[in-house]
Amino acid sequence: MRKYMSVLLAASVSLATTNVLADNNADAQELKDYFIKKFPGVTTDALVNGAYALDEGLYMQWQDVEENFPPYEDFVAKGEEIYNTPFANGKSFASCFGDDPSAVRVKYPHWDSETQKVVTLEGDINKCLQDNGEKPLKSKKGSLAHVSAYLAFEARGQKVNVVVPDDPKAKEAYEQGKQFFYAKRGQLNLSCADCHVYQAGMYVRADLLSPAVGHTTHFPVWRRKWQLADKNEDGFGTLHRRYDGCNKQVRAKPFKNQGEEYRNLEFFHASMSNGLEINGPGYRK
Amino acid sequence: MTKPSQRIAILLSALVLSTGLLSTAAMAADDAVAQGKQLAFDRKKGNCLGCHAIEGGELPGNIGPPLIAMKARFPDKKKLYDQIWDATARNPMTAMPPFGKHGALSDKQVELITEYIYTL
Repeated sequence: MRKYMSVLLAASVSLATTNVLADNNADAQELKDYFIKKFPGVTTDALVNGAYALDEGLYMQWQDVEENFPPYEDFVAKGEEIYNTPFANGKSFASCFGDDPSAVRVKYPHWDSETQKVVTLEGDINKCLQDNGEKPLKSKKGSLAHVSAYLAFEARGQKVNVVVPDDPKAKEAYEQGKQFFYAKRGQLNLSCADCHVYQAGMYVRADLLSPAVGHTTHFPVWRRKWQLADKNEDGFGTLHRRYDGCNKQVRAKPFKNQGEEYRNLEFFHASMSNGLEINGPGYRK
Repeated sequence: MTKPSQRIAILLSALVLSTGLLSTAAMAADDAVAQGKQLAFDRKKGNCLGCHAIEGGELPGNIGPPLIAMKARFPDKKKLYDQIWDATARNPMTAMPPFGKHGALSDKQVELITEYIYTL
């Protein structure tokens, strides 16, 4: 019976992916329109500020931190230093990413037609290290997040532009990410969309739920919660670290960092912010 | 010869004991409500305040409706139990976790929480 069910499921999934043409920009527009209608007075561009776009008092406090005491500056500088330090073979990250560090962030995530996979910035930072005989970095926090933060900082103000190419495999990856986003999971039976689409703007205890559009623009994120828990007071974490936390919060087993599930989710998730400004790294509580 | 204070103490405990015997059922019900409240407020158990305002609860969320007038809203107490046990039965899209169905709470715990919520 179980075998039969999974065959049936696989058949329906492949039907869905061949019949429905993934149009990521139409999906993004639909979500933006939904939020603009849901939050009168909030502009699409302001959604990059997350929950702070929805509450003026919270916004003022947050701006004060971002503008006057950004706690992440030293760690962005560390990222810059790592980025510019030559590898043992004499090459550096520029040999993989080009001479302009401000032109890197905006290229990710993207579909790689050669490997038939979604490639993330963090994935390519580690690929660059390995291709040059260096050890890969841990993928959730620390040095990898610092390099990512530096590249995001350099790219601030540029617009997110995730492209889903006209390739059935790319569209399938996008659809899988979308499916992940809208599927209920975990013991608490909550989807990403439950909190960050349908209930966005509502409170869970004292926490204001942020809209999904504008989520990925400020990653990697600096969280006060992570800063307080870290012995070096390093609050940085990658988008996949955040996915990990979200999955744990709904009491679901997290997926592998930089694994296919989270990469495809990032492909969909980031593309919902197409046209919005990159404002990473961002401070959150 | 006992001191007056001791005598009062003995008298009082006898009184408490007899009252207890007379109203064991009422006390058990009070106890269930108290236990239910504890489970309802516990962040790792019901965490009802995550989404619902409850009288006496601090920093409630507002995804679900405030828990008031429960007897009017659920004339049948069993329906309230069912809602907590598996809210998806009535609405598959609900944001309310199916506490009993997914084993986040035992049937007994759902029962105790129901007893408490029903007093609101």
